[in-house]
Amino acid sequence: MTPTRRRRLLLVLGIVAGVGIAGALALKAFRDNVTFFFDPSRVVAGEVKPGQRFRLGGMVVVGSKQNTPGTQDWRFAVTDFNSTVQVHYSGVLPDLFKENAGVVTHGRLQPDGVFLADEVLAKHDEKYMPPEVKRSLKPGDSRADVGYVVK
Amino acid sequence: MLPELGQFAMILALLLAMAQAAFGLVGPRFANSRYMGVVPFAVAGQFVFTCLALGILVAAFVNFDFSVRYVAENSNTALPLFYRIAAVWGAHEGSLLLWIFVLSLWTLAVTLRSRGLPPSFAARVLGVLGLLSMGFLLFTLATSNPFARLAPALPDGRDLNPVLQDFALAIHPPMLYTGYVGLSVAFAFACAAMIEGKLDQTWARWTRPWTTLAWAFLTAGIALGSWWAYYELGWGGFWFWDPVENASFMPWLVATALIHSLAVTDKRGLFKSWTLLLAISGFSLSLLGTFLVRSGVLVSVHSFAADPARGVFILVFLIAVIGGALVLYAWRAPLLKSQAGFELTSRESFLLFNNILLIIAAAVVFGGTMAPMLSDALGLGALSVGPQYFNPSFMLPILPLLGLLSVGMHAGWKRGNLSRSRRAILGTLALAMALALAITFGAYDYEAVLMPVGVALALWIALSALVDPVDRLRRRLSLSAGVVGMSVAHFGLAMLVLGITVVSSATTERDIALTPGQSVALGKYVFRFEGIKSLEGPNYGGVQGKVTVLHEGEAAHVLLPEKRNYWVQQSTMTEAAIGARWDRDLFVAMGEDVGKGAWSLRLQVRPMIQFVWLGAIIMMLGGITAGVDRRYRLAQEALVRKTDAGTPSVSAA
Repeated sequence: MTPTRRRRLLLVLGIVAGVGIAGALALKAFRDNVTFFFDPSRVVAGEVKPGQRFRLGGMVVVGSKQNTPGTQDWRFAVTDFNSTVQVHYSGVLPDLFKENAGVVTHGRLQPDGVFLADEVLAKHDEKYMPPEVKRSLKPGDSRADVGYVVK
Repeated sequence: MLPELGQFAMILALLLAMAQAAFGLVGPRFANSRYMGVVPFAVAGQFVFTCLALGILVAAFVNFDFSVRYVAENSNTALPLFYRIAAVWGAHEGSLLLWIFVLSLWTLAVTLRSRGLPPSFAARVLGVLGLLSMGFLLFTLATSNPFARLAPALPDGRDLNPVLQDFALAIHPPMLYTGYVGLSVAFAFACAAMIEGKLDQTWARWTRPWTTLAWAFLTAGIALGSWWAYYELGWGGFWFWDPVENASFMPWLVATALIHSLAVTDKRGLFKSWTLLLAISGFSLSLLGTFLVRSGVLVSVHSFAADPARGVFILVFLIAVIGGALVLYAWRAPLLKSQAGFELTSRESFLLFNNILLIIAAAVVFGGTMAPMLSDALGLGALSVGPQYFNPSFMLPILPLLGLLSVGMHAGWKRGNLSRSRRAILGTLALAMALALAITFGAYDYEAVLMPVGVALALWIALSALVDPVDRLRRRLSLSAGVVGMSVAHFGLAMLVLGITVVSSATTERDIALTPGQSVALGKYVFRFEGIKSLEGPNYGGVQGKVTVLHEGEAAHVLLPEKRNYWVQQSTMTEAAIGARWDRDLFVAMGEDVGKGAWSLRLQVRPMIQFVWLGAIIMMLGGITAGVDRRYRLAQEALVRKTDAGTPSVSAA
């Protein structure tokens, strides 16, 4: 093997090893940090592993949004029109957070069944309904039309 | 009447695009100079009619023509003139027209600047650009006509989405599109070279200034978008790994790899296949970005449109463009041969590492962006990928990239004897490390292990970028615009890395409910909530809060964050208030009335965030400086003379 070839071989091997390691680490980061979506029905059915961080999405129940006066400790309920989960969140709610509007929250389920959210997302217009929630409604369900308008 | 004229102008532009594509691609095949002579006129005509169409849409917005559906949906009588004009590209249809306009602008620029190119090559480049223009015009006319009428006309419009009523919005999309579409020029040059079958380094040299300029605009466009999200959306950060941000970031990463790989192909005739593939994939990712944002596949703050028919059209277009280019590549690949070798410490191998690491980074972003869609499409459940994945995985290729950059800047072509530059390399490294330790422990309390590392890397790059130009000046050697541009852009990157490192590791933030008169301390700053008053705007009402920020007992800033209610869309908008100084931002966003006279507030102190935007601006200026280097034009003319004289081999300029 000529020196040039050996050098080239080393270079190629180095690159392959580097790419391999980077790929493996990225995959690990991906597997550790990917969060799954659950609707309230699946949460109530106990499909979530204890302590698992996940996304809970659905519609905010009308009349459920309240806080301890003078603080920003919010409580509201999220429903998919079959089951409902209570959510607790401390912080500033986004502009588009409204009752009877879609919301997606990140957090963990507590032993008492309350979802403790550390992030609340409502980035769309007020007619938005998370696609997962829309899908869980039966076809022809009028609530799907009320809540969702394709702009 | 006028809107129909606009649509007619688009149809004429489509016909001219067809002529441009047909004559541009067929003319050189038969060496028919009369056919090829038609192409520049088709380009000019297409430009005129595209301008006309865009002008008519602007006029419809300015004159409140609510009989046009697009205007009715995105404007309102109370909307100020500036935003009425910006609203032209505020939604799907108009932004497509903007895309077409920008494409015809680039095409016109290529036509005017290609007089030094061999006529057959220039005609093929314009032919490929004509095909792309055809695709977009057809798409717009068939699925997203901005001039479609609304019967009966609305008495008043539904108003522009309030988040888009902002100064940055007026310039973010045009800038971003100029970058996106500019990559089509590199794509067209690559395709023309493959059709021609003349795959030496000449095409790379001709492409370089265009690609560099497109890259500069893309950089500016992404930075503007990030700035807009920072202060208008009130999310309180500059990058969220939002799918739409990623959609613009992936082509940027590939374009960055491309401008470096083009340098190697131009100077040394190496990496030829690789460069072709990068040119193809860079533009393909721009198209993919459009597809992602505009088809409604992505659920994101940016995706205002959702229409499956559009998605299918763009998907077919995407497959045709990528597939066509790859077939062309497969056909011509046997022509690609590189003879020259290079050593491990040469500039070539540093640029090879640059490319590999950038492509890994692009793959990391691609994987994270596409995984949720793929999982959803395959019925594996809805999953989401957030910063917890992106941040560490992206850092993995980027940290070594930044480290190698400082060394690579000192390496010469081919031989690359680094021992000569050892003093410069080690000296700058030592200085950078000392400064980094002083900054992390002195100015900021040590926050995270990545902070001194990132700061040291940034300073090392900044110092290394200065070594070469300073050395040349001292030795009274000439300094080409290309070298200056490169150094400036790398210096800008250093500022960007510095800003990102410090702001990510030393930001302090707090969401808190305060009653008027109450204060809260955040680091060295004390935020005092003074109270609220009501607010009246042209098309909104709301409240304005007042927060005094004290630093060492003295008032440093009075911040006036707003909570607006836009009447027409009945939507609430947060206008964050930012107290900016060169080394930090004080950020206040209003939450809501939480009872007992208290308001919830989001307070943040963000050190050195200015460096993020500043770095991006410097990078853009560097790109523009390098892109307009006269050397390229002279080289182009010299090349043509040589080729005409029958000597195809080219010496490095």
